[in-house]
Amino acid sequence: MTQPLLAPIESARVTPGTHDGQGHGSLRGYLVGYFVAVLLTIASFLAAETSALTPSSVTAAITVLAIAQMLVHLIFFLHISTSPHQRTNVLAFAVTALVVAMIVAGSLWIMSHLESNMMPSGQTMQMQP
Amino acid sequence: MNQSLLVVPIPAPHGGAVERRGVTGFGFYLYLLSDCVLFATLFAAFAVLHRSVAGGPTGPQLFDLRNAFIETACLLTSSVTCGMAMLACDRRDSRAAFAALAVTFLLGLVFLSLEFTEFAHMVSEGAGPSRSAFLSAFFMLVGTHGLHVTAGLAWLVVIVVQLRRKGFSEGVVRRMFCFSLFWHVIDVVWIAVFSFVYLIGSAS
Repeated sequence: MTQPLLAPIESARVTPGTHDGQGHGSLRGYLVGYFVAVLLTIASFLAAETSALTPSSVTAAITVLAIAQMLVHLIFFLHISTSPHQRTNVLAFAVTALVVAMIVAGSLWIMSHLESNMMPSGQTMQMQP
Repeated sequence: MNQSLLVVPIPAPHGGAVERRGVTGFGFYLYLLSDCVLFATLFAAFAVLHRSVAGGPTGPQLFDLRNAFIETACLLTSSVTCGMAMLACDRRDSRAAFAALAVTFLLGLVFLSLEFTEFAHMVSEGAGPSRSAFLSAFFMLVGTHGLHVTAGLAWLVVIVVQLRRKGFSEGVVRRMFCFSLFWHVIDVVWIAVFSFVYLIGSAS
């Protein structure tokens, strides 16, 4: 144990501009991110126009490509990483991702149930006295 | 990629300008996360209503994927040029920073004009936000994103003017840093817009 256990927590107190190598990444990082993002964008536009896949697999493919591209942006452009400096950032991001998932998936779930339990509009007319 | 933009803000014993940048950056990051929640509600509304066309035009009839692709290319490239501006800011290279910010602004402007043209075309064809629940949700979601881009462009003008007047002062650098976060997040939201609204909307 040459390194003290508290080292990551101590370094978490470092603010930008006071630490070696602090800054906005490198040109290479941005270009790699750009290249990967362009590939993923082209892949999802091709997936949307292809006739080789069924509609549900097109939806799944575009969803996966979109999440992959968002992660590329977060890692290469926003420089979110798993380093101990960023523990709070990653935690705040994870909570937001959970809230976003709950809002979107929950709304779809509830509204699809509501729709399947609704009486077709024709039947309500027949039930009028 | 161990260079971190955002660090844990623990109040510094002496509240210098450098510490303030860390705290402001974290606070702005929390605002951006809350903005993502706002967009999530609009995406949820669109996802629920995208089949409720009320006999009007549907997504595949309205969406022009070529237009969406050019918009995506503009915003993605402007995100990278915004990163270039921040790298120039790290080097205190004002000429490179002005050039990168100018390209970012122009690409953002092209994006906005394409979006505005698309909206005007849809409204002129009778597919405005009042036509159906699907179109209300569409205009609300894509329009809110467009408003964010508009606000970002206005902010960018202010930053360029301040950079010209004050140089790389502590405040200007802090604002550039927050702007770059904002612009990257707007681009991440656009990924969701083009994937879930335009691509899935025109495929299904």
